[in-house]
Amino acid sequence: MFRRLHDPHARLVLFTFEGQPAHGVEGDSVAAAILALGHSHCRESAISGAARGPYCLMGVCFECLVSIDDVANRQSCMVRLREGMVITRQRGQREVTT
Amino acid sequence: MGRDIPYQAAVIGGGIVGLSLARGLAAQGLATCLMDEGDVALRASRGNFALVWVQSKGLDMPVYRAWTQRAAALWPGLAAALRSETGLDVALRQPGGYSLCLSEPELERRRAALQAQDRQGCATIPWQVHEPAAIARAMPAVGRDVVGGIFCPLDGDVNSLRLFRALHASIAEHGVTYLPESPVHAIVPLTGGGFRIRTPRGEFETERLVLAAGLGNVALAPMVGLSAPLRAQRGQIMVTERVVSFLHHPVSTIRQTDEGGVMIGDSKEEHVVDDRTGLGVLAAQARRAIRMFPLLGGLNVVRSWAALRVMSPDGLPIYDGSAEVPGAFLVTCHSGVTLASAHAELLAPMIARGALESDVSDFTAARFNVPAAA
Repeated sequence: MFRRLHDPHARLVLFTFEGQPAHGVEGDSVAAAILALGHSHCRESAISGAARGPYCLMGVCFECLVSIDDVANRQSCMVRLREGMVITRQRGQREVTT
Repeated sequence: MGRDIPYQAAVIGGGIVGLSLARGLAAQGLATCLMDEGDVALRASRGNFALVWVQSKGLDMPVYRAWTQRAAALWPGLAAALRSETGLDVALRQPGGYSLCLSEPELERRRAALQAQDRQGCATIPWQVHEPAAIARAMPAVGRDVVGGIFCPLDGDVNSLRLFRALHASIAEHGVTYLPESPVHAIVPLTGGGFRIRTPRGEFETERLVLAAGLGNVALAPMVGLSAPLRAQRGQIMVTERVVSFLHHPVSTIRQTDEGGVMIGDSKEEHVVDDRTGLGVLAAQARRAIRMFPLLGGLNVVRSWAALRVMSPDGLPIYDGSAEVPGAFLVTCHSGVTLASAHAELLAPMIARGALESDVSDFTAARFNVPAAA
């Protein structure tokens, strides 16, 4: 769906998405990195379970939720990609412990 | 009759109060229209906290206690009817609700108010004081700062945005003519009965008229010989991200919606001029909420908003019929969700029959005209 512009100075950033090794580029948001990998599905709706993906890319729509390093419901468009991040899809509602 | 009046009833105001009444009037067989100001309206119905709440209502006014309890009892029927008419589940639950207290004086104040209504001996609201251990059994997430709480088995909540949508779908189903973007500029009583209503989208004639325009009633009421002494009281609310269900009872200031978000807030600010939020009030509400349920401290707030409550001088509803211009009624309250069932099932039929009846006669605006004792 998306193709990266060629950037000779791009520095790779390694992370995992759904347990698979993946890479993005320094400066990517997590959402941009996921989209660049070819995924349009980053979460499953807390209400219907439907697959959803990043939409507004500016922190408003909450469609891009993922779990990052075991913290659920992160807005992936608002988080800068960092080396070694463990990123998984947000499935349903966030768990809380009482 | 030389004149053709297209509507038998017109409701002015497209919030939950107006929608409930329009549904009730149409269910009585009246050709009904509903005039809605539009998206610029203050629209308390879009900002409310969505409780179906009994425990704090009318503690010094038995008729309001009775009215609120009838509304709560009618709610399951309304929710079921909306579901069958529209397919929408408004997520009504009435498992009993809590007011949680963070200090002994606070608990004592609430206890004393409820004991006072018990002494009046009529239409009393059922209640119990729960110790922290009992609260923790009902709500394991409760924090250690909670010293006790008032439990009322009649309390509950709904998804009020879905209620708003369901009422819209329901009035369409009942054949109500919905007139959006129709702020009312003038109401002219007609000789021989009925009213002509002027809006930017045209003039409409109706036999009966119900003012249900919230704070807008202040300006509209004098056009038909009524009085609506209302003021705006601002409330601020914040809502968290959606999390797995952990709060199985509504608390007066905190509730988890059927979709998982946690709503926080019941602030009351007087002398306000707008519906903006402010960090001071939101922060104070958040601090109290975290003391009540510490896990809230780890959640993200995703939205906050403010809305203006529609308050009468004593906080009770005003239901009135115009003596000067028969056929004109005023319905206003700040508990439009709780009272939606009573407005649709009890009040609308009275308006359809042409007069408010004795069980609501204490709610006229005449109560504000009693001279103060020297």
